[in-house]
Amino acid sequence: MTAKSPSPAPRSDVLRAVKDAVAAALLACLLFLPLVAFKTVQSMRNELVLETRWGYFFALVAVVGLVRFFHVLVVSPWLAKRLTKSTASSAPASTLRTAFAKWFAPLALGFVTVYPFVVLVLTGFGGAVKWIDNFGIQILIYVMLGWGLNIVVGLAGLLDLGYVAFYAVGAYSSALLAKTLGFSFWMLLPLAGMFAAFWGILLGFPVLRLRGDYLAIVTLAFGEIIRLILINWVPVTNGSAGIGGIPRPTFFGIPFDDSATGFAAVFGLEFTPIYRTIFLYYVILALALLTAFITVRLRRLPMGRAWEALREDEIACRSLGINTTNTKLTAFAMGAMLAGFAGSFFSARQGFISPESFTFIESATILSIVVLGGMGSQIGVAIAAIVLVGGTEIMRELDFLKTIFGADFDPIQYRMLLFGLAMVLIMIWKPRGLISTREPSVFLKERKTIAADLLKEGRG
Amino acid sequence: MTSPARDIVLRVEHLTMRFGGLLAVQDLSFEAGREVITALIGPNGAGKTTVFNCITGFYKPSEGRIALQRGNPKLWDELEVLTGSGARSVRRGDGALFLLERMPDYLVTQQAKVTRTFQNIRLFQGMSVLENLLVAQHNPLMLASGFTVLGILGFRSYGRAQRDAIDKARHWLDKIGLLGRADDAAGELPYGAQRRLEVARAMCTDPVLLCLDEPAAGLNPRESSELNELLLSIRQDHSTSILLIEHDMSVVMGISDHIVVLDHGVKIADGAPDAVRNDQNVIAAYLGIEEDEVKQAEAEAGL
Repeated sequence: MTAKSPSPAPRSDVLRAVKDAVAAALLACLLFLPLVAFKTVQSMRNELVLETRWGYFFALVAVVGLVRFFHVLVVSPWLAKRLTKSTASSAPASTLRTAFAKWFAPLALGFVTVYPFVVLVLTGFGGAVKWIDNFGIQILIYVMLGWGLNIVVGLAGLLDLGYVAFYAVGAYSSALLAKTLGFSFWMLLPLAGMFAAFWGILLGFPVLRLRGDYLAIVTLAFGEIIRLILINWVPVTNGSAGIGGIPRPTFFGIPFDDSATGFAAVFGLEFTPIYRTIFLYYVILALALLTAFITVRLRRLPMGRAWEALREDEIACRSLGINTTNTKLTAFAMGAMLAGFAGSFFSARQGFISPESFTFIESATILSIVVLGGMGSQIGVAIAAIVLVGGTEIMRELDFLKTIFGADFDPIQYRMLLFGLAMVLIMIWKPRGLISTREPSVFLKERKTIAADLLKEGRG
Repeated sequence: MTSPARDIVLRVEHLTMRFGGLLAVQDLSFEAGREVITALIGPNGAGKTTVFNCITGFYKPSEGRIALQRGNPKLWDELEVLTGSGARSVRRGDGALFLLERMPDYLVTQQAKVTRTFQNIRLFQGMSVLENLLVAQHNPLMLASGFTVLGILGFRSYGRAQRDAIDKARHWLDKIGLLGRADDAAGELPYGAQRRLEVARAMCTDPVLLCLDEPAAGLNPRESSELNELLLSIRQDHSTSILLIEHDMSVVMGISDHIVVLDHGVKIADGAPDAVRNDQNVIAAYLGIEEDEVKQAEAEAGL
């Protein structure tokens, strides 16, 4: 790269880079001294012993200094040059962007539809289950949850930190009904949605007057209450041990097993568990698309517009004759219902549920998907779900790292580091999420995108 | 004033509003005429906006009665019966009578058809101009979409209703000169246009009584005279009565038919613009003391 530049960097630039690098290294010293240089270990006699790791420490500090030096000297001038160039030729970039916006959704839809078969062809029957289940189904569950929460947070502007509670209500109600009354998955799905919506309204009533931070705290508490009830109401929920043996979904009455009446036998195929996985993939895909469809439709209906108006200005809504109580409750109920669907699917897919699946960290994950994706944006939320959940799953696959860092290195433990990194990058690069602009729901002549800084977030 | 009840749309009686120990409005009574522009003026802190908040249901008055009537004026005769019955309203085929102090804010707009604007503009800034006007037509559209159910299923009736709503929005945008900017975000509009848009948005709820809280605040003289024309045409063409809080005297004196003056929560004058303009109490409230007294004091000081 340096060979390409016509003249070598002037002395002052190098000096500045060195200064910057030294400053960064000093800062890293301060930070890593307590974090990395010292380590407390418990000795054989149960005493705390201070160990030092100067090697690691100096290596990290040196890396920080070098990266900073390189960044100041090479990367940032290159970025600046690229920026001036791109402003000069912005016209083709914008046509590229409109083309992207036009073709992205249909292409993505096509891809997710054929995804299981692509995986089957690429990895064969043996490896496909992992790729369809861990990457396909797992990501789609979070896409659906993200889209559901997007209605509450992104459209209505009601910050909900306890969204996982409705997911739990859906999962437990469908598991319990399946075990006690023997309902099938297709009956349980709407029932779980209804139960969750009911709990959404129940939560909605006491928090109607709250907004912003106060609402967030109460919903956070609600999520914890539901989890604690699940743990402590042992006669019904079986406590921390969870509920197992939940009946798996059937293909319109045909079970996915190796019996004579099973799916494989009926269709004359050789039995493998992959059929069920593919079936589940399409079920969650349909549910996620249903969520997207409902959201897109609702945004064009007076109800959805009232949600967005509520986010923009609640008092103005009331002055225009909008019943804000009902508007908030429907937003809560709609978001909760979609989480209930997802929960019902989750319990049927796992066959086993326990309160551990519904901790606060799940709510936080779903909320960070919505925030990173850009509140109110469907495509942004989907991309964020793929990056965060897919990224977590990818980390499970990085076994080769063990050859570098030793056998007891577990990449999955660095999951939160990935979250943190994604958050920091997004905050620097796009502080209001990947896609932070808003498309008006209706237009007279042409659809003009609304800039992010005009949008409110419902904190008023 | 032979039969006062006949051409009255709003009647405020003995309205009192207390906030703890503060008496914001005290025993205020006035009437707003039908298809007439009534102005509510007074120095800062006189309690004008409090009166507005009481009328539009944002505050529940401590005491007093606020009655609104539309349709057949004979309904005014049932006011005492309605007050005694404890109900919110009487509705007949040819009109209705409402007790606004008994209604929550959104019902005041939805049923009694009283709509307000705000001193500090409250538009939906992140929504387009057209969307702002459609949100104002929420209730009829909600009905047309079968409370969302039919709309989700894609019934035709909603599409038709939305087209009508857009036509109405287009009519108002044309009237306020913002048709070309219908698809821009409301927050991007210049200040004067935002003021006009807020009036248009309120008009999209088909109000019987339009309450404007300082609509000319911050407008330049040209914008202010455009606003005057808009308000006059609203009164003429849409059989809407207007209640107006305003400091800009060119607007107040130029268009209002009737002025009520408040000072420290008490009514100090009530009448036609010319009468109010020369009222000693009003001049004293606005200027502290009379002009003659100022001259007299100057003369005594030897200036």
